[in-house]
Amino acid sequence: MSDMETAGIVVVGGSLAGLRGAEALRNGGYTGPLTIVGDEPYPPYDRPPLSKHVLAGALDAASTELPRLVRLNARWRLGQTVVALDRIARVIGLADGSAIPFQSLLVATGAQARRWTRAGSELAGVFTIRTRDDAAALRSALASVPARVLIIGGGLIGCETASCCSDLGLPTTLVDSNPAPLSRVLGATVGNVIAGCMMDAGVDFRASTHVDALEGAFGKVVRARLSDGSAIETDLVVVALGAVRETGWLSRAGLLADSGGLTCDSACRALNVEGQPDLNIFAAGDVARWPNAHYGDRLMTVEHWGNAIEQAEHAARNILSDPSDQNAYRHLPAFWSSQFGINIKTVGSAEGAEAAAITQGSLSSRRFLAVYGREGHTVAAVSFDEARWLPSYARRIEIKATFPPVPGAIDQERVDVVDPGFPAPRELAGATSSVRQEAAHA
Amino acid sequence: MRSETLFSEVMDPKNRANPYPLYELFRQTPVAKQSDGSFVVSTHENIRTLLFDPRLSSEDLPPSRRPHTGNPIKDWILNPIKNRVVTAHRPFIFRDPPDHDTLRKFVMDEFTIQRVNDAHGRVESLVDEFIERCRGRSEVCLVEDLSYPLPVAVICDLLGVPEEDEPHFQRWATQLATALEPDARHDETGRHAIVAAFDEISAYMRKLIREKRRRPADDMLSRLAKPGNKRTPGMGDIDLIATGILLLVAGHETTVNLITNAMLTLLRNPDELEKLKADPERAPRLIEEVLRYEPPVHFRTRKATSPIDIDRVTIPAGAPVILLFAAANRDPARFANPDRFDPDRADNQHFGFGGGLHYCVGAPLARIEAEIALVTLCRRLREPRLMSDPPPYRSGASLRGPASLGIHINGIS
Repeated sequence: MSDMETAGIVVVGGSLAGLRGAEALRNGGYTGPLTIVGDEPYPPYDRPPLSKHVLAGALDAASTELPRLVRLNARWRLGQTVVALDRIARVIGLADGSAIPFQSLLVATGAQARRWTRAGSELAGVFTIRTRDDAAALRSALASVPARVLIIGGGLIGCETASCCSDLGLPTTLVDSNPAPLSRVLGATVGNVIAGCMMDAGVDFRASTHVDALEGAFGKVVRARLSDGSAIETDLVVVALGAVRETGWLSRAGLLADSGGLTCDSACRALNVEGQPDLNIFAAGDVARWPNAHYGDRLMTVEHWGNAIEQAEHAARNILSDPSDQNAYRHLPAFWSSQFGINIKTVGSAEGAEAAAITQGSLSSRRFLAVYGREGHTVAAVSFDEARWLPSYARRIEIKATFPPVPGAIDQERVDVVDPGFPAPRELAGATSSVRQEAAHA
Repeated sequence: MRSETLFSEVMDPKNRANPYPLYELFRQTPVAKQSDGSFVVSTHENIRTLLFDPRLSSEDLPPSRRPHTGNPIKDWILNPIKNRVVTAHRPFIFRDPPDHDTLRKFVMDEFTIQRVNDAHGRVESLVDEFIERCRGRSEVCLVEDLSYPLPVAVICDLLGVPEEDEPHFQRWATQLATALEPDARHDETGRHAIVAAFDEISAYMRKLIREKRRRPADDMLSRLAKPGNKRTPGMGDIDLIATGILLLVAGHETTVNLITNAMLTLLRNPDELEKLKADPERAPRLIEEVLRYEPPVHFRTRKATSPIDIDRVTIPAGAPVILLFAAANRDPARFANPDRFDPDRADNQHFGFGGGLHYCVGAPLARIEAEIALVTLCRRLREPRLMSDPPPYRSGASLRGPASLGIHINGIS
C-alpha cells in the first residue's frame, strides 16, 4: 500500500458492524474507494452461533460466514491490526508498517474477550469464546470429553456455554461472583430461573464465589481454587468474564477511548479528549459508546447483534451526509439467547431497574414476560419463551410508559411486582472502572 | 367532515368503490374516537403497536342470543344453554390466548407446507377447468366464473367436504361472514340471521364430523376429528364444529376478494397485465402489492381490556377498537407513493393478512390460489377489458370486494 492512493472511506473492523456499515455506504450511493481492515484472517462471520451450535458440534466454526447483501467492490486488508492513527494527516498505520489514508473512518473494531489475568493464565486448557478460532479450539477440547468443565462467569456467554456442556453430557461447574446467573443483565430474581434450570440439568452452580487461581500440572490446568476455600478438579476452563475493547490506537490519537469503548456524540462521531466530535471519524457496534436518548442520554455501549447492524447503517448514513445534517442515533438495545431449552429475548436496558412486574406467565413455570421499571417508567422487558407481546413493551419503553403496567391483559389479568434483585453496582461496572479492574488483575 | 362520524361514512355503501379518500382523512387523526365510543386506528405504526399489545382482546362479539320463540322450554332452558355454549366456544378468530393458541395450533399443525404445496396441482387444474367453461363466450363474470368457485372448491377439498353439499352453505357462509361487519352486530335482525345460519351450518358440520370419525379420509377434518389421548388431548366437539365452520367461511369469503381485486387492478393497469403475461415470475410480488393496495379485508374490530395510551390518546377499558388495515396499507409514513400500484415496491410489509397472533392461517394457500389464477387468466383471456368501472360491490365494508366483475374477452387461448 502506498501513501499515494486516493483517500476514501476506511472501515476498521471486519465483522458484522464493519460489513453492514460498508454495505450501507454502497447502498447510500458511495462509489469511491472503500477499504476494510480486519485483524482476524477471516472474512466477516456471524458470532451468535459460536457459543451455541458450534460448541454443540452442530455447526462447523468455518461455516459461520456472513451473507453478503451488496457487491462491495472493497479492498480487504484481513489479518491486519491497526496500531496508529494520525487525525491531522488522516491516515492509519497497520502493524505491518503500511499506512492507509482516509477521508472518513468508521471504527467498528468490536470487543475482545477479557482474558484470565490471575494465577494460571499461562496454562493450557484455559479458553475464551469470542472468535471463530476460540470456538473451534474450545469445540475440539469439548469433543475430547474433559473430566469436568469449569466456567468462570455467569453472564450470557457463560450460561450458554454451561447449557451446551450439559447437553453434551459433560460434568460442568459454573462459578459466578453474583448471587444468580445473569444477575447483572436481568437481576437475580429472573436469574434464579436459570439457576433452577442449571440445577435440573446437573450443572454445579456456585453463587457469589470467585475463582482465585488456576493451578496446573505439566503446563495444563488441573484445579481451580475458589474464594470460599474449596477447590475444583477441572481439565477445561472457560473464562466468560465479559469483554474489553482494544482502543489504545484511538486514545493515543487524542480520542476519548478506553477499554470500555470509544465515546461518540449522538451522531456516532468520535469525540476527542476536549469532548468535540471529530467530523471524519465515526464508530459503530460493540466499541461505540454513545448517549442513548431513550435513557436520558446515558453513555452506553451495546454489545448485541442488532445494534451492530443498526448503528453501522446509521453511522454510514451520517458519513455520507453533510456535517450540518447529522441524525442522532436512537436505539433500543435488544438481545436474544437460547439456553437450557429456553428462548430468552429482551428489549431495553434493565440496568438500574428498581422493580420488575410479571405481566405474562409465571417465574415458576419458567415461561413468562417480565417488565422492568425505574422511577415510575418502563425501561426494559424480558421474555422466557413468551416473546409474543415483546414488541408492545418495546413501544412502551420508547414512550416511557408508566410503571407498573395497568393490569388486565387478555391472557393474564394480574400483574405481580417483584424486586428484580440487581446486585449492588460493582466497583468494576462501567468504562472507567473496567480499566481499574484490569489494573487490579495485573 | 368531523372525524367523530367518519366511520359511518366508511360503512356507507356509496363509498364502497373508493373508501381511500376517507382513509386519508382518518390518518390525519391516527386514533380517532367515534361518537359511538369506538376508536378507529388508521396508521401503520399504531396498528403495528396495537397488534402486539396484550390489552387488546378479540373476544369482542356480543354474546349469542337466539330470537324469542314463544316456546317456554326453548326460551327459558334450551336456548340460554345453547347461547352460553356457543358464546364460550367461538371460533379462534374471536378468542384470546390461551384458548386461541391451543385451537389455532390444531389447525396450524394440519396446514402444513406439504399440504399447501400439494394443493398446487389441484388449483392449476381447477383454474383451467373454470376458464375452459367460458369458451365461446365474449363476456365473463370473474366472480361467478372463477374467484368464487375456486377457493370454495379448494377449501372443500382440503377439509373433506363433499362437493355436492357445497351449494347448501354458500348462503350460510355469506350470512356468517357478516359477523365481521360492525353494523350487522348492532342490527337485531342481522344478528338473528347469523344465529340461525350458525345453527344450520353447525348441524351440518356435526353430521359431517360424525361421518369423518366413522370413515376417516385423507383430509383436514378427519385429522382434526381424530380423538386425542391423555398426553395430547384432541379438540372438543363444540370447538371442532366452530373451527370447521371458520375454515369453511374464511375459504368462501376472503380469497374471492383477493382474486377479484387483483384482476380488477390489473385491468386498470394494463401495462402490469402485459408484464405479468411476459413474466409469470412476477406473480408473487404482484399479489403482495394487491394485498397492500386493495386488501380483501379492510378492518377488524378488537376490544380494549384495560386503558391503552397510544399516540397521545387514551383508549378506555371496554372500548371497541377498529384496526383499519386498509388505511395503514396506504400510510405515506410507511410506504412511498402509497396510492401507486407498484409490484416492484421494496419492503412491502402490508396488513393484507392482518398481523400479530391472528395473522391469517390460510395466507400461504390464498397466495398460491391468487398467483395461479392471475397468471392463468393473463395467459388465457384474450384482450380482456372491464365492462364497467367501478364494478358493483358487495355490501361488506370490512370484507370488501366486487359483487361481480364483468370482463369483455375476445375468446380464450
